[in-house]
Amino acid sequence: MSEPVIHTDKLTKRFGDFVVVDALSLTISGGEIFGFLGANGAGKTTAIRMLTGLLIPTSGTASVAGFDLYTGAEGVKLNIGYMSQRFSLYDDLTVRENIRFFAGIYGLNNQAIKEKSRQLLESLKLLEVADTRLASLPLGWKQKLAFSVAILHEPKIVFLDEPTGGVDPVTRRRFWDMIYEASERGLTIFVTTHYMDEAEYCDRLCIMVDGKVAALDRPEAMKRHFGVESMNEVFIQLARPNKME
Amino acid sequence: MKDAVLIAGVGKRFGAVQALQWVTLSVGEGELFGFIGADGAGKTTLFRILVTLLLPDEGRAEVLGLDVVRFYRDIRKRIGYMPGKFSLYPDLSVEENLRFFASVFGTTVEKNYELIRDIYSQLEPFKTRRAGKLSGGMKQKLALSCALVHRPEVLFLDEPTTGVDAVSRKEFWQMLGRLREQGMTILVSTPYMDEAVLCDRIAFMQEGRMLALDTPSGITKLFQKPLFAIRARETWRLLCALRASPHAASVYAFGSALHYTDNRLSLRADELLAALQADGFTDVSVSVIQPGIEDTFIALMEEKQGSCL
Repeated sequence: MSEPVIHTDKLTKRFGDFVVVDALSLTISGGEIFGFLGANGAGKTTAIRMLTGLLIPTSGTASVAGFDLYTGAEGVKLNIGYMSQRFSLYDDLTVRENIRFFAGIYGLNNQAIKEKSRQLLESLKLLEVADTRLASLPLGWKQKLAFSVAILHEPKIVFLDEPTGGVDPVTRRRFWDMIYEASERGLTIFVTTHYMDEAEYCDRLCIMVDGKVAALDRPEAMKRHFGVESMNEVFIQLARPNKME
Repeated sequence: MKDAVLIAGVGKRFGAVQALQWVTLSVGEGELFGFIGADGAGKTTLFRILVTLLLPDEGRAEVLGLDVVRFYRDIRKRIGYMPGKFSLYPDLSVEENLRFFASVFGTTVEKNYELIRDIYSQLEPFKTRRAGKLSGGMKQKLALSCALVHRPEVLFLDEPTTGVDAVSRKEFWQMLGRLREQGMTILVSTPYMDEAVLCDRIAFMQEGRMLALDTPSGITKLFQKPLFAIRARETWRLLCALRASPHAASVYAFGSALHYTDNRLSLRADELLAALQADGFTDVSVSVIQPGIEDTFIALMEEKQGSCL
């Protein structure tokens, strides 16, 4: 197996006296679909903000996409992809403008942007609506585009933060098709979700409770360990309501 | 049973977007009624019309027997509304928010404390904290307390559990169950199919239209084809293989299994199993299952939209 894409050892973040992420140790390899679960307030968002180079850890070591989180945060940002339900594309820009904007942010030059835009519009079959404002496109198309734009600069890993929230059941599954395809091509996927059926689609899962790793394993192994049929039951057994902050 | 809410041919358009189209239904007093659908299905628009914040373009609606256009002032006093977007005052404390909403409705927290005790007691240790500093789950509990503090007769909850984890979602629905036992009429919208079974009746919404309206068990009866659950270790390869089959009617992942319907309606599970084994899936299992809410929703979506999805 290749070099791990994420490797953390006792990664910790404190705000004052409060330990939000407590000694998180993970090793995630290339092409893995890694699910990151936890109740609201369990420390998921803080962990992701550290892993994406947006927040400096308090202690512990970590490298993401080959860069150290303390000394190479800018390198991390350039070599990862990120997509969330809340922040992805601009509704007021056209499809082409969105692609151009995000490609520019990731530092692609004009020639590369042109080339990538053409490829993307073709492969997503969006040529006809290239100059249409995003707002008027169906949700399924927007999601496809958002995902493709997040990995336009060919990162080693993409972070998907609740990418399927509020989406209809068919679009949700189409989105997972894209995740599978990308992972087959070797892209590492780090995904959070509140849909427990989606947890089952991951290669491995980490369940956070009160800032700590409560379980880290393959979904089948977790279900076997708890003697239950579904990830929903595992989650409910593990993720007891956190101590109200 | 009297109607708490009546919706007759309601339509609403925003520019080129038909947000609601000919929605007609009624909700009985004391009913826990769910609107199930994704973003853009029209749930919020419908709620905003019912809580008198938006005028319908077509049709009419009544809440507690009062027309939403003519008697909006009377309706507002008698309903509770929890919008999908957090709408409390972030700079006020937990307690100040609650007192504010009570005073706006001319009542006090003490007078109706019994009703919100169950929910608010979990927040009391943090009553001096600013609402903007609360976690998602606690904001949701505070918003519900504020929507209940004047003891409304009908409660409108617009996606109260979106973005909320599975444990908090379960707790929230337990609270709704207890409110329902006290006789409150509750209209709730959600994108989560698993919450639909907790409602007395549900309406499936998709792109401004109602796809179906029935009890949860009645809804699943709309699913007509035999449904198979297929499991194999290599789920993704199995999914691709099944999709490539000329006989496949639908193939969808459902957690650790795939749900499959076939165009040959007489196909048996053992025949399907044999075919998959012949295709090289050695660790595969096939069983016939009862369709759930989500299976039915997907089937109805496909029926309405054909292959354009």
